This record gives sequence, C-alpha cells and structure tokens, in this order.
Amino acid sequence: MAQATSPPDAAPGEDARARRHSTDAAGLGRVRAALFTAPALALIAVFLVFPALWVLYLGLTTYRLTGADAAEPQFVGLDNFVEALWDPAFWDSTWLTVEFVLGSAVVGQVGLGFTIAWLLRDRRGPLKRLVEGLVILAWILPSAVVSFLWVALLDRDSGTLNALLGIPGFPWLLDHPMLSIVVFNTWRGTAFSMMLYGAALGNVPPSHLESARLAGATGWQQLRDVVFPHIKGHVLTNLLLISLWTFNDFTPFMLTAGGPDGRSEVLAVHVYKVAVQSGELGYGAALSTIILLINLVVAVFYLRLLRSKR
Amino acid sequence: MASRKRSIGVIAVVAATGLGLSACGQSSGGAGGGAVELTITQNAIAGGKNAVSAEHIANWVIPTFEAAQKAKGKDVKVKFIPSGVDDEQYKTKLSLDLKSGKGADVIDIDGIWAGEFAQAGYIKPLAEVVGAEADTWEGWSQIPDAVQGLATYDGKKYALPIGTDGRVLYFNKTLFQKAGLPADWQPKSWQEILDAGAKLKSSGVPVPIQINAGTAMGEATTMQGVLPLLAGAGAEIQKDGKWTGAGQALKDVLGLYQKIYGGSGLGDPRLQQEAKGRDKSFQQFAQGRIGILMEGDYFWRGVVNPKDGVARMPDRDQNVGYALIPAMEPGKGIRGQDFVSMSGGALRTVNPNSKHPKEAFELLAFTLSADALKQETKGGNVRVTPRGDVNKEILAGEPLLTFISEKVLPLTAYRPPVAIYPQVSVALQEATAAVAGGTPPDQAAADYQKKLEGIVGGAGNIAS
Repeated sequence: MAQATSPPDAAPGEDARARRHSTDAAGLGRVRAALFTAPALALIAVFLVFPALWVLYLGLTTYRLTGADAAEPQFVGLDNFVEALWDPAFWDSTWLTVEFVLGSAVVGQVGLGFTIAWLLRDRRGPLKRLVEGLVILAWILPSAVVSFLWVALLDRDSGTLNALLGIPGFPWLLDHPMLSIVVFNTWRGTAFSMMLYGAALGNVPPSHLESARLAGATGWQQLRDVVFPHIKGHVLTNLLLISLWTFNDFTPFMLTAGGPDGRSEVLAVHVYKVAVQSGELGYGAALSTIILLINLVVAVFYLRLLRSKR
Repeated sequence: MASRKRSIGVIAVVAATGLGLSACGQSSGGAGGGAVELTITQNAIAGGKNAVSAEHIANWVIPTFEAAQKAKGKDVKVKFIPSGVDDEQYKTKLSLDLKSGKGADVIDIDGIWAGEFAQAGYIKPLAEVVGAEADTWEGWSQIPDAVQGLATYDGKKYALPIGTDGRVLYFNKTLFQKAGLPADWQPKSWQEILDAGAKLKSSGVPVPIQINAGTAMGEATTMQGVLPLLAGAGAEIQKDGKWTGAGQALKDVLGLYQKIYGGSGLGDPRLQQEAKGRDKSFQQFAQGRIGILMEGDYFWRGVVNPKDGVARMPDRDQNVGYALIPAMEPGKGIRGQDFVSMSGGALRTVNPNSKHPKEAFELLAFTLSADALKQETKGGNVRVTPRGDVNKEILAGEPLLTFISEKVLPLTAYRPPVAIYPQVSVALQEATAAVAGGTPPDQAAADYQKKLEGIVGGAGNIAS
C-alpha cells in the first residue's frame, strides 16, 4: 500500500538522485548495513520465504489434515498439479475469479472510483466530505460486520432489498451469486481507487485543462487528451494492486460460502474448501502454487505495461 | 534529519523483531505454579449451540470436580473453552489444534471422526495415553456394545462414548390437522410420505417436506438424508469392506430426492443451496412453514426445545409429532426391516498432548459418571446417555427419547468408522445437490460412481 500512495512518477527522480550519490548513501559500510538489515531479512525468511517453499513442497505430497496421510504423507511429484489442471472445478473457479476481478475490480472499483473522483474534483464542502466519508466507511469496516450487513440486505426471506423492492422471496444470493459478490466487492473496495484518482487528478496541471478548454475541447476530449496521459501511471498501478487484491479476496465466502453448488466459488474460496474443509492440504498447496503463478503473470503483465508507457 | 530517519528505521526493525519473538513466546505458555490446569472443549456455547451442555460444564462439572479434587488435597483448575460453530468448522479447528500439538486436555469429537483422527495420530488409544485405568473405568459395564463400538477403532478404545442418537421423521401436527392427516401419522412407505406431502401442499403449507440435500448442509445431508433413505432402500453405504455404488438402491434414493425437489413443489430446492440452509430449515419448522422434517433427536432436544432450543417451539410437546422412517416399501429396508434409522454419537477423549493425562482422564470420567449425567439431563434436558443405569431413570418421563431408545435404536445402523468415509459422504452430498439442482438421478448416480472410484481406490472396492 505504501507504494500505491506515492505517485509512480517519483521513481525515476529517485533513481537519478541515487546515481548522483555514492552507492553507500547511509555511510554504514557493508558489514554494518548487513547487520542492520539482518533482522528484517530473517523475519522475511521465516515468515515469507520458508512458508512459500514449504507450500511448494507440500504441493508435491498427499498431505491431508486428518487420516493416514496426515501422519505419513506420500511424495507424488507433480500429480497434484496435473490433477488440478484436469479438474473442471479448478477451471470453473478460475473463470469465476476472472469474472470477479474484471467485474468488481477493473470495471466496478476503477470505474466507480474514477467517476466519483472526477465528479468531485473541483468541489469543496459538505457534499464532497459526505460522499467520500460514506465510500471510505465501506472500505474500513471489518469484513465480518460488512458481510453480515450484506447477508441481511440480500436475504431471500427477510432481506431489506426484497422488502424495498416489494419482491419477497427473491433469492439474490442463489439466483445471482456472482452479480451479488461483484456488486458487493465494488461497494466494498471503491474507496481505494477513489482516493488514488483523487490524488492523481490533483496532479493534472490546471493550466493544461484551461488551455484545452480555451481550444474548445469537449469534456471527453479533455479527459482523453489532457487528464489521461497525466494519470496513466496511476491507473496501471491501481489496476495492478486491486487486481491482485481482488484475485486473492476471500470475503465472497462470507456472503455465499462459494455456493450455490460452487457457482460463486472463486479460487480463494476453492482453495479454502479443498485444503481446510476437505482437509486435502497437499492438493490445496498445489492449487495455491498455481494461484501464485497466475498472480505473478498478472503482476508482470501490468509492470511491463507500466514500463512501456514511460 | 537523515540520522533521525535512520534511527526510526532501526527502532521499527527492532520492534518488529520483538513482535515476532513475543508472538512465538505466547504459544509456549503453559500451566504455572503448583496448580494443575486442565481445559475442556466442546462445540457448545452458553446462549448458543448446545447451550445446556456448556452451562452444565461451567456451572456444575467444573466447581464440583474442583471441589472433589481439593478434598483429595489436589489443586486442580479447570477451564471450559466454548465453541458455537458448524460441526465441520469445529472439526477443522480441532484437527489444527491437535496437529500442532496443542488443544484442550479433554475434547469432544463426533464418533465418525475417530477413524481419521486415529490414523493421523491426533488421538491415541486411551490405555496408551492414560494407562490401565481407562480400561477398568466403572462405566464400561453400563454401556451397550453398539455404543462402545463408536469409540473403538482397530479393536482399541480411543475415547469414552457420550451417548447415541437416532433419526426420525418429525411433523407439525397443526399443519397435519389442516391437511386432514392423522396426529399419530406413521408412514409405511416412501409413497405415503409423498402422499402426505401432496396433501400438505394442497392445504397451503409452503414447504411440505424437508429432507436435507446438497453440500451446504454437510454431514447433515448424509446422516439425516441419504443414509436413512439408503437403509430404507436396503443398502448400507459400506458392507463387508465394499462401498455402495450407483446401484438400484442409490438410484431409488436419488429418485425420491427428485420427486421432492424436482419441480413437484413438495420441497424447497433453494433451501438446500443456501449457506445457512439447515439453520433456516429449523426456523421454518418452528414457524410452522415445514410439514415433515427428517432429523435426529438433537432437533427435539436442542432446536425446538421450548426452554433453550435455537428455534424454540413453546408448544413442542403438543404440536410436534414424530414417526419412524419407513423403508421404501415394507420389508425393503436393510435386514429386511419395515423401518430404518441411522445413529451416531459423540465421543469424549483425552488429548494425547495433555500435560496431565491422568487428571484429564479423571475429569473425563467424572463428566460421564452416573451423577454427572443425571445432573446434566435434569430439568427437561434429557438425552440418550451411554449408560444403561442412567437411561433407565431419566428416559421414563421423556416421550421422544423413550421412543428413540425403545423403537429406533433396535433397528438403527451406524456409519462405517473408517477414515475415508467423510470423503464418500461429500460425494453423496454432491449427488443430492445435483438432483435438487435438476440433474436426472441416473446421471447424478453415474457421476457419484466415478467420484467414488477415485476415493476408494478403484471399482474393485465397490459392490456391484
């Protein structure tokens, strides 16, 4: 998150500054510098690198939560990976996750976040504070509270939405599970994009917009030719972050538990069901590794895009 | 400025290291001082799930046990660790506790988990953990063999049984009266259940029949749905080491599901898909929206109990009827029976990781002493306890539990206590989910067969 709030444009400036100084900017010397970073590196090794390697290893075994394979897991090589890639349930989940990311993150959060930020860019006063306050509130409330509210909103028998619309008994979470979690996640996460674009739009020099207006550019043309070139770095960084967050988001579980019959079982939920509920830890670890690889591909894709736009 | 920044960074790193270390330190904290500290856990919580058990432990077991130990000159402190979640989640939590060498000293588990827990080494034979006193416990002589079998795996006793139960058909007498059905209803075949459902439907009951289906209800689908029906179709899920595949019996069962959920309006297929469907079925029965419901005696004791159920019915004793689950047709059930049921039962055992196994076993045995069980079942909280001596006294005034004990237990069946059963159970749930979702029974049965072959290691282990 720290990287997200600092505008990406700052990076090249820092590079240049670093090149002007000697490589040992802090003047610590190699040994002391190593000593200072050692605790942090040790923590990273213990809590990040080791678990990651352990997951890689577990993915090659039949390790289970209970039963004989919990005591003595068998080494099965790549069997788990092959099984996952042949399992239609895995591909269904992958496809649902893509829908979830495209729908709620790329279209929902980015679209809504940018729209709010754009509409509020020149406003001051209570309306702006109210809108921003509400949007941010949705973001900072604890997941458990928020999911309970949404279950109460969408419930089939006594849900608030059905009462408002006058259609008692309409099963939103059963008939439209994906739509429900996409709308939910859009509502939940828009704040981040709104704030990021709010800050980015502040960076667009007013003089450029002014000249565009004087030249007779329409609102859309201003957006496309003046604003967008200034904020495309922000857009890509934002997309990268929220795509990865949404890809690994577990909150849909609290609304639909992956149901009905797996129709909202995104990959994070799929792994939970396989590894923790059914106890197939080995297979679950293999799935996690595959998810990690997908995340890497997404990240590399965005980062390349970011670099090529410079 | 630069040096201040640096020192802040150093502090942050040191603080983070400290956090990491203190987090590690916390988990190794154990009992200190001279007192023996014991913990006991159940999937029970005051004011929520199995509230009666939770209150019994907190208000009676702990003070009485501590006092008895004090009288013997021992300083023992007992703490109850409550839990109020779905059984599947409780199982996950327990497995993770036991796997990491932790967990309460005395733990409750479902009898059906004994096999997989034992294979994983999470629980050990009591004689190994505790010593000879486990085998010489005074209670064993009072416990029937079938119930002792729940606690036995590979010929060794891994736990003490807490009790047993049975499944019946519950029905709402008020709705039955409106539909012109008798208050002492006892169907003799599946068709009679469907006929009653049709009458209920035409008298305006929203959900005439609720027989659990789908994966969201977990084991409740298997135990209160598929298995009693399968027994009624003449098949056990595992017999002589062979599993039941997609034979006629399973097709009959799935066919019944289709008659209920496949558009006849006799059941609510959507309820089977909801994340909290089973809890909702409880509420709907209590609200008089469900006519017939297949459940265990837990439903009577813990759900519609007028005093402290999770979906209370003040008029339970007058308004809730119960009947034996019929075989598909008379004589078609397992062992040629006319009526069938399924039983399970919970177990209580000593955690092999316990630092004080002897004291833990004393506590465990104390909770299942005749006195403790009588105390636990006082005031309308009667259940079928494992002990014959206690049951004789307490069941007398309780109609349903007398019914379970006298009529249901003699014809009941148990699930196979083997480690892969839970996976087979999930495959059965998926088959019912498919049928409730519109898949033809034959197709669902064929899919089940394929999954089963993967689980049990090939078609050779499936009865043809």
